[in-house]
Parts: sequence; structure tokens; C-alpha cells
Amino acid sequence: MPSPTTEPLIEFDRVDKSFGDLKVLDELSFRVDPGERVTLIGPSGSGKTTILRLLMTLERVTPKADPERDGGVVWLEGEPYSHMEKRGRLVPANEQWLRRRRSRVGMVFQQFNLFPNMKVLRNVTEAQVHVAGRSKEEAEAKALDLLDLVGLAEKTGEYPSRLSGGQQQRVAIARALAMDPDVLLLDEVTSALDPELVADVLAVLRDVAGSTSITMLCVTHEMGFARDVSDRVMMFDGGRIVEQGPPEAMFSEPQEARTQDFLRAVLAE
Amino acid sequence: MQTGWSNATVREIFPAMWDGFLVVLQVTLVAGVIAVVLGLLVAVGERNGPAWLRRPLSGAFQFIRNTPLLVQVLIVWTATSLYVNPDWSAFAVGSAVLGVHYASYTSETYRAGIDAIPKGQWEAATALNLPTRRVWGAVVLPQMARRSAAAVGNWIIAMFKEVPTLFVIGVMEMIAEARAFQGQHYTGAVEGYTIAGLLFLAASYPVAVAMRRLEIRLAKSHY
Ligand SMILES: Nc1ncnc2c1ncn2[C@@H]1O[C@H](COP(=O)(O)OP(=O)(O)OP(=O)(O)O)[C@@H](O)[C@H]1O
Ligand SMILES: [Mg+2]
Repeated sequence: MPSPTTEPLIEFDRVDKSFGDLKVLDELSFRVDPGERVTLIGPSGSGKTTILRLLMTLERVTPKADPERDGGVVWLEGEPYSHMEKRGRLVPANEQWLRRRRSRVGMVFQQFNLFPNMKVLRNVTEAQVHVAGRSKEEAEAKALDLLDLVGLAEKTGEYPSRLSGGQQQRVAIARALAMDPDVLLLDEVTSALDPELVADVLAVLRDVAGSTSITMLCVTHEMGFARDVSDRVMMFDGGRIVEQGPPEAMFSEPQEARTQDFLRAVLAE
Repeated sequence: MQTGWSNATVREIFPAMWDGFLVVLQVTLVAGVIAVVLGLLVAVGERNGPAWLRRPLSGAFQFIRNTPLLVQVLIVWTATSLYVNPDWSAFAVGSAVLGVHYASYTSETYRAGIDAIPKGQWEAATALNLPTRRVWGAVVLPQMARRSAAAVGNWIIAMFKEVPTLFVIGVMEMIAEARAFQGQHYTGAVEGYTIAGLLFLAASYPVAVAMRRLEIRLAKSHY
């Protein structure tokens, strides 16, 4: 694990998240170091997706009255992320602030969510051109590199509907990487795939993990993959961290009964 | 007064009916552009506009959708000629009212098309940090257009067939032409109305078939 002296890339500081009366995250605190690969595991409804969606700004934290004292803030690269500073105080971030900061983060979804009206190449260039401000040539060159990396160089002219799920998901990975995010969020990216297509997607992700220093937060039931790729596994239940540690320790000698039960159930699948 | 069908009358009335038909086409063109464009603005505004605009906008269009076209035509025509500008032509006012009326339907179609776009599309757009203009212009509207094109086309055909309503304010479409002819010659109503019906059929049937084809083609295409 990276040394504790480095400044964390991501910090959740006593974050609350409720949907109506349902409290999904309860005073959740954790840090992720730059370049660290973290796998989030835990039973259904434990809040894993919510954590990633907060980081992608698809959800907002439930605000606290006094963030300076009580936290409830997500930090990214040492700056407030869920919040912004206004006259020396932390207030919930507005859309402009999020727009400025969220490009540091990229996400790959369970359902791929490619744009069906755009061919593969344009799926990967669209944000490069219109968000990162790259020229069309530059964006296409980068897209071709990435599509090559994910093994789809010959599919650039196809519409997504002509690709298999596994191919679509690899395009989605290329699309996220094209924006050069510091953090890549992966939410059960192989769960919607037919079993025979899972391996290719995981191979691409292993490749990305091996060849870049991108920080990864990954929700997955693929324990072999988690063991190979991650620096740390965090076990969640009820919006709290049950236990965490390096994958070898977590998978071979989990301390908590809930982790043991969960892993037994997952491995029995 | 002559009763029964007369081919001589048909020949005599046809030029006037043809003029009326051209007026119908012109009204359809003007009102169609309004219905297609305004409906889109309303659908986007209801979803994306400032909060103060959304409620009044959808209220107004709900009202338009739920009152008869004929009443709207008469109210607006009377009001504009009394209080705004008596020189405005029946053609202009009638086309505008017809277009706005049908915008209230097309906006619903567009809205359904927008609502049918999976949430994941919006989320992917957010995750890529696409600017709002791109989200709509490059992601949402193209997908919506594909879903809505055939239905909006059908609204335009329906609108085309309602152009005769505008005869009540004196737009010289086919019904008005037939009545004018009859007023002068004391004959020709049956022939005139029949020609009107046939011209409507001749024009709308091929378009309806083309719309059906478009629908099938869109359903089959990869995107
Ligand atoms: N938009 C929402 N509105 C209401 N409740 C929600 C919403 N999103 C999530 N929840 C609830 O929050 C809880 C945590 O959901 P979350 O999706 O984070 O769990 P998860 O750990 O990802 O579960 P899974 O393994 O099933 O994906 C669940 O009880 C879920 O029903
Ligand atoms: Mg989940």
C-alpha cells in the first residue's frame, strides 16, 4: 500500500447520504491514495454504487449544517469536491463547480451506456473534442490508440448496436480513458455480460491497471480479478466499512463474520 | 337551381378548387414549421427551462391541447383584428393558430420521445462532463428524433386535414372556394366538396404511406 504520507487523492469525510428516509451512507470516512486500486465488496444495498455515484456527481451528499466542524464532504486532490468554498465557508457545490472538477473522474457503467446514435469512434471522440477541447485529429488519434488497446481497432465505424456486450463495454472503457481521468470508477462492469465475454473485458482492465497509474475504484464480484488488481479491498455493509485490507488477507483470512459470510456466498455462486 | 352531379360544373369549379388546394398546402407548410419547431422548444423548455417558465408553459399548452381548434381560431382572429392589428391576414393568423395548436400535440410526442431515453444516457453524458448544449444536441435530440419522427409526421398529416377549419375566418382554402363558387353560381357545392375530399385523399394518402415506411425503416436501422 502507498505510504501514509502522500496526500490522499480521494477523501470521504464523515459523508452522509440518504434517499428520503433511507440512510444509505452513515458518517462514512475513507481515503484513497493516488494510483491506488480499491475494490469495494459487500451485500446488495450496502451502498457501493452510491459511493461511486457520489464520486461521479450523479448523486449529491446529504448536506450537513456545519461542514467545517461535522464533515459530510468529499475531497478530491486536496480540494473540496462535493462542496465548494464560498466566502471562506464550505457550501454544497453548484453545477459550475462540478463541471470544473468532474473531468478528473471517469466512470464505466454496468449497462455500458454508449451513445447508440454515434459510431464507436465518435463515442470516444465526442467528449475529447467538446469537453477537453482537443482537435478532431488529435481526438481521433487518441481514440484509435485506445480502441486498439481494448482490441477493437477494426470496429471504429460500427454503431454500438452491432457489437457484443463485451465489445460495447470495452468501447465504454476506451471512452472513459480518453478523457485522461485521474480516477476510474467501475461499477460491476461485467455483471451484464454473458459469461464467455467477461474474460476479455477483465483482460483489458488488467492491462489498464498494469500499464497506467490511474486510480481505480471497482465494485465487482469477480474475486480473482479483485485479488490480482487491487491494493485494498473494502467490505461494506449498511453504508459502513466492515473491514478492509490487502486482498490476500481479506480473501484468505477475513476477520469479521459478515465478511466471511459474504465471501462464502459469493464464492459459492 | 340545379341538383345532382354535373361534369360541366366540375370543370368550371376545378381551377378555384385548385387555388384553394394550394392555399391548404401553404397553410400546412407554415403551420407545419411552427408545429415542428415550437413543439420541440416547448418539450425542451418543459424539461430544461428555468423553473419559473416550466409550469406556465406546460399549463398554457395543456389549455391549448384541451380546447377546440375552432374556438381558438375564432378567439384569436377576433382578438387580433379588434385589439392588435386589423390588417393581419386571415392566412397569417389562421396558420399561426393552427401551428401553435398542433405544437401542443407534437410537444407531447417529443416529450414522450425524450422520456423514453434511458437514464443511463444522461448519466453517461454527465460522466463525460458534456456541456448541456451537447447533451441535447448530440445525445438526446438525435435519439428523440428517431423515436418521434413518424408520430410527428402523422400529426402534420392530421393538421393538413384540419386546414378547412380556417374557412370560418375567411382563409380561401377549398371549402371557402366551393362556397364562394356556389354563392355566385347557385351550384357546385357537391362537386366542390367532392373535389376537396379527393384532393385531400390524393395528397395525404401517399404521405401517410411514406410515414409508415419511414417508421419501419427507423425500427430496422442499427441506430
Ligand atoms: N435513487 C435512489 N432512490 C432511493 N433509494 C436508492 C436510490 N439509489 C439507491 N437507493 C438505495 O440505497 C441503498 C444502497 O444502494 P446501492 O445501489 O448503493 O447499493 P449497492 O451496494 O450498489 O447494491 P448492489 O450490490 O445491489 O448493486 C439501497 O437500499 C438502494 O435501494
Ligand atoms: Mg450497485
